[in-house]
Amino acid sequence: MDKAKPLLNVENLGISFGGLRAVQGVDLQLFSKEMVGLIGPNGAGKTTFFNMLTGVYEPTEGTIMLGNRKLNGLSPYKITQGGISRTFQNIRLFGELSVIDNVKVAYHSQAKHSLLSSIIRLPQHFNGEREMEEKALAFLEIFQLQRFKDEKAKNLPYGQQRRLEIARALAASPKLLLLDEPAAGMNPQETKELMNLIALIRETFELTVLLIEHDMPLVMGVCERIYVLDHGQLIAQGTPTEIKNNPKVIEAYLGEEVS
Amino acid sequence: MAFLKKVGFFWGGIVVSLVIFAVVQFLLSNGTLDLFYENTLVYMAINIILAVSLHLIIGITGQFSIGHAGFLAVGAYASAIITMKLELPFPLALLVGGIVAALAGFVIGFPSLRLRGDYLAIATLGFGEIVRIAFLNVDYVGGASGMMVEHFTTWPWVFGCMLVTILVILNFTRSTHGRACISIREDETAADAMGINTTYYKVLAFMIGAFFAGVAGGLFAHNFYIIQPSNFGFLKSFDILIFVVLGGLGSLSGAVISAILLTVISAFLQDYPETRMIIYSLVLIIVMLYRPRGLMGTKEITSLFSRKKKSKGGAKDGQSETVA
Amino acid sequence: MEYVQQLVNGISVGSIYALIALGYTMVYGIVKLINFAHGDVFMVGSFVGFYSITVLHLPFVAALLVSMVVCAIFGMLIERIAYKPLRNATRIAALITAIGVSLLIEYGFIYVRGAQLEAYPRDVLPDFKINLFGAEIESQAILILGVSIALMILLQFIVHKTKMGKSMRAVSYDAEAAQLMGINVNRTISYTFAIGSALAGAAGVIFGVYYTKIEPLMGIIPGLKAFVAAVLGGIGILPGAMVGGLLLGVIESFVSAIGFSLWRDGAAFIVLILILVFMPSGLFGKNRREKV
Repeated sequence: MDKAKPLLNVENLGISFGGLRAVQGVDLQLFSKEMVGLIGPNGAGKTTFFNMLTGVYEPTEGTIMLGNRKLNGLSPYKITQGGISRTFQNIRLFGELSVIDNVKVAYHSQAKHSLLSSIIRLPQHFNGEREMEEKALAFLEIFQLQRFKDEKAKNLPYGQQRRLEIARALAASPKLLLLDEPAAGMNPQETKELMNLIALIRETFELTVLLIEHDMPLVMGVCERIYVLDHGQLIAQGTPTEIKNNPKVIEAYLGEEVS
Repeated sequence: MAFLKKVGFFWGGIVVSLVIFAVVQFLLSNGTLDLFYENTLVYMAINIILAVSLHLIIGITGQFSIGHAGFLAVGAYASAIITMKLELPFPLALLVGGIVAALAGFVIGFPSLRLRGDYLAIATLGFGEIVRIAFLNVDYVGGASGMMVEHFTTWPWVFGCMLVTILVILNFTRSTHGRACISIREDETAADAMGINTTYYKVLAFMIGAFFAGVAGGLFAHNFYIIQPSNFGFLKSFDILIFVVLGGLGSLSGAVISAILLTVISAFLQDYPETRMIIYSLVLIIVMLYRPRGLMGTKEITSLFSRKKKSKGGAKDGQSETVA
Repeated sequence: MEYVQQLVNGISVGSIYALIALGYTMVYGIVKLINFAHGDVFMVGSFVGFYSITVLHLPFVAALLVSMVVCAIFGMLIERIAYKPLRNATRIAALITAIGVSLLIEYGFIYVRGAQLEAYPRDVLPDFKINLFGAEIESQAILILGVSIALMILLQFIVHKTKMGKSMRAVSYDAEAAQLMGINVNRTISYTFAIGSALAGAAGVIFGVYYTKIEPLMGIIPGLKAFVAAVLGGIGILPGAMVGGLLLGVIESFVSAIGFSLWRDGAAFIVLILILVFMPSGLFGKNRREKV
């Protein structure tokens, strides 16, 4: 793909909550198949930025373009169908649904069988459901979750819940995947597995990833470029080495751990 | 294998219910079951329709609606107008009752887009009251003194409608569309983020639920010779709510079982309405204190059987038993 | 001067709604529960007042106080027995329990004493007419308003000037933090129920004196309307409940005045749905976002 034309182009993006400007003037470009990190101290506005990209919040200024499509003001489900999918900082699985059903929900918007065919059980329904089942199973296999497939999602161990949430986000077949602190609450072993998983995802699905993370070795290890957000504004961007040595970034992180 | 099992349950259920129907029909026609039993059975089937239709809205989609009697009222009056004022046939009246109630469901579905939890509950309660007060004020349907309705509701009709209601809602729930609704119940924000059009499914759940409540209204109206706005107050809504809550939020068979049990209890306590309400309210409080997810939780009665089967066949699959 | 009269009527009814609404709003503010049984506390208060006047031959003010004390204890008992075990349950479970408690009080009451009506004696308060801008105003309407306003001022004083009031505000703002600061959350919740229920009891007595007829299911409709008033003003906000109650009373009076008296009861619910859909945080509330 043409490097000059970004997949995601965010210009001058900002949002205010009742006079408080949580994020302002953010410019960010993601190119196809890139892996980019978004870091910053707590409360810098990273999750708010994600929420604007996914339509949970409507930005009060600036534009978000995915390819040639403007995303401002679209509802979250339309943005997801348009090609952006996400995970959440505090895991949000469908707890009472089984593991495989969680993945199937993400396939829903690609389902070919209509409401009527399901209600009167036409062959179309059975074919559609079987196709979903097969696709979802294949997915669980990639993530090594197939042995949990009939377990309720809420009963999975924490690390597996994180995996499932990523699997579910990918099942929505996005062009751009947003991961909100996927390593939060994981031990070093689990974090290492997660890094391998993310590498695997990139190879298998060939997509663009934007990653919010506090775990610096993880971000520095997997990302090609990094953006740094502080007090709602971008203060730096560049390769991991550039970011590591940027005095502004070090200053922003003073008082927090720098590694 | 799993497919066969599903089909087995499906046809098994159909056969069992047809046998029940035939036995009851036989006992009714040769007079073994008298009018008291016939009335109780008809009322039971109507209550099952109401319980299952509300189960779709509350138990599956997670939209806490406590104005279900409003849909019942709309269906009852709409169908009574069809048979009594326009003198059209009863089956058409049932259908129209359902459709008009579904339109009301469409209207009340909209507040559900903005409101959650207890706020939505209060709004739906308000809707139910507005409907009741509206019928109280329309002279065309008799105002407070009510409307005379002919008796058309028979055991085959209520049984047929009940079976269709259960099948449609079961089929809906066990499809990608039903999963979409459950995902809204579980976490609306995440459902939205997974590409589910939450607006569409919430309104759809209200419309399907209201449709069947409207059909129940048609059956109800043509069973009692007279309908009055006071039949459809919020005590009626609470009655229906109790079926769903007691049975287990999210369990269709739970809703059916509790509708059956409570109809039987009410039938024997119909001369002691206060005692009945005291029992109802105590049951409600005790269930909430000790089993807040209802008697069945989200489980279905069939899962009791499939559990056993699974443990038998477990050795073959090997892995299915390793789950912690 | 039909409209002045309607306005006065509306304010009188509205002040009763406001007194009940205060209890709803205080309880919601502190435990996030729509206390459905609140309307029934109002009913119990009305009956306690009735028996105090007819059986114990107490004067109006004494009957009012007896009713407030009995209701305060009753409210605390309801909270202790039914709601406290559900503090950590889902809000829906708590709401269903509240509905259950409400039905239990209503039908338990009927079971014990029967469903028959009672009539408050006419001579509890002096009854004469005052001429104001050409409108005939009953002296009772003015007394009702006076009592309601006095109670509301007393409540403001309690909430803003006493230690218990401060704890109530702290718990409603953040129960966990309040607990860490050494506030006894359970006791604060009990007091909140007590104060709210006492106000409902007072409203019950006032209602009895004004409308004379009382019966065991009388609490349902005023209870629901008072809830509407609380939502209208912004739930959890005390001045909101007062303004919401008065406003709702006036709206209802005008709906009857322009010839839709049968729609009177519907007006409240139409207001409710409009407010919930277009201004869910009410007239005085602030918008809150869900954190994602």
